[in-house]
Amino acid sequence: MDTGLLIEKTILVVVIFAITLFIATYQTYMERKVAAWLQDRVGPDRAGPFGILQPIADAGKMFFKEDFIPANADKWLFIMGPGIAMFTASMTGAVIPWGPPLEMFGRTVVLQVADINIGILFIMGFASIGVYGIMIGGWASNNKFSLFAAIRASSQMISYELAMGVSIITLVLMSGSLSLGEIVHQQHGMNWNIFYQPVAFVVFFICSIAECNRAPFDLAECESELIGGYHTEYGSMKLGFFLFAEYVNLFISSAVIAALFFGGYNFPGMDHFSGNTLAILGTAAFFAKIIFFIFVIMWIRWTLPRFRYDQLMHLGWKKLIPIAMINLLITAVVIGFNSGWFTKKSAKVKQTEKSVAMMPKAKVDAQANYKINFNN
Amino acid sequence: MSSLEIIATVLGGLTIGSALMVVLSPHPVRSVLYLILTFFLISGNYILMNAQFIAVVNIIVYAGAIMVLFLFVLMLLNLSKDNEPKSSIKMKIAATFAGGALLTVLIAALKDSVILPKTEMLENQQGMVENLGQLLFTKYVLPFEMSSILFIAAMVGAVLLAKREKQIIE
Repeated sequence: MDTGLLIEKTILVVVIFAITLFIATYQTYMERKVAAWLQDRVGPDRAGPFGILQPIADAGKMFFKEDFIPANADKWLFIMGPGIAMFTASMTGAVIPWGPPLEMFGRTVVLQVADINIGILFIMGFASIGVYGIMIGGWASNNKFSLFAAIRASSQMISYELAMGVSIITLVLMSGSLSLGEIVHQQHGMNWNIFYQPVAFVVFFICSIAECNRAPFDLAECESELIGGYHTEYGSMKLGFFLFAEYVNLFISSAVIAALFFGGYNFPGMDHFSGNTLAILGTAAFFAKIIFFIFVIMWIRWTLPRFRYDQLMHLGWKKLIPIAMINLLITAVVIGFNSGWFTKKSAKVKQTEKSVAMMPKAKVDAQANYKINFNN
Repeated sequence: MSSLEIIATVLGGLTIGSALMVVLSPHPVRSVLYLILTFFLISGNYILMNAQFIAVVNIIVYAGAIMVLFLFVLMLLNLSKDNEPKSSIKMKIAATFAGGALLTVLIAALKDSVILPKTEMLENQQGMVENLGQLLFTKYVLPFEMSSILFIAAMVGAVLLAKREKQIIE
């Protein structure tokens, strides 16, 4: 194997992990400031200027608290719960394209750890096993409220995963690829998927808030009914891991939303730049989009009241899934119509031409460019 | 041994070990957790054969959805050694026969399979999503459609069962 590639990817993994943790840490600060702003308060302002050292003080406090395990808890699973939550949260960053390729030391560094050809499914997979941390932690605590929360979390995840999956399928139909690198590349300039698939975006956005267990869908840690939900029995850094995993999830889902629907690292007027300038500007644009979505999700949390559990299920199964299905059907029919499946002529059109005809013109060009760039 | 062979051997050993733990573990919830681990290791084996699509779908469907429901039910049952349901001897015989029949089918299916040399495993393109889709919608279209009909039947059945229960409550 190419040693340079190995070193390059190792550095990339470490950097992405560090950035993920850093952003997750400062999201706690951002959340408090946003909440304070929305409620006309000051928010944390004691530790450092503008309270900027607050997250570090919080983390220090978490570490020095007593590490307590309840007497009747299943000890190993109790420890495993937060670990799984953290692991699944930080795995997804591996397939997200963080920016256009960077030229460095005479080699082209692709700012994506792995451009596997099923990138989107990888994200779905880790989103769907993310619930195990909560379930195992909640069950192992041997507490009724924790168990309730675990059950709520798991049924909520399964319900919202369906609508999420269907809205992603719509996107995959549009772009003709499951690879995230290619989907992002096709949205060159302002050619973002949100303009083609606004309905899929709305469904995906609601589902990803639900998958993150954020308010108004935070039924799993609903303090007015379940004390603290699945982390009632947790303390010290194990609790810290659960809370932290939630923020890592929030960061990653914002990144996925930005990459799938808002062009990832693409920004209007990007053709005027090239090389490393483009790479740095593109990455900056991507992070700006991510922080915007983090802000929107926080805004929603501090604005909307929590759903009742039956309303949550009603929204998931009776509203979002049918909407996503109808959207999928319409998209499929339009794509079929564009590629001439409903006219007699189509029988003569070859397979390759068909698949190209599915996409809007700009997308086809972008796809061709992508193939050329990455095959060389 | 090449590094690929070492990885394949270790992964295979772990898979069998964790599958055995599913049966041998005394606690039902732990059994399910070992089963989830087994699914992950099987996915690892798929990736070793360069079948990324099947590997990820295995995780999404089995580890991500079906096993969550398994765990869901087991957590509610609160099983322990004292109130473990005793299965009758008839059930045990029936289960043995069913398991044996499945084993026969699996062995029959495996008998005709070709074992690729380990070095060729990574170059194998059959598990890629495009090739898999081509195969599913041309050569294997009948089994594919049959299984979707089976799924629809199961779904309709589930909805019917849920409906009837609701009427009794009212």
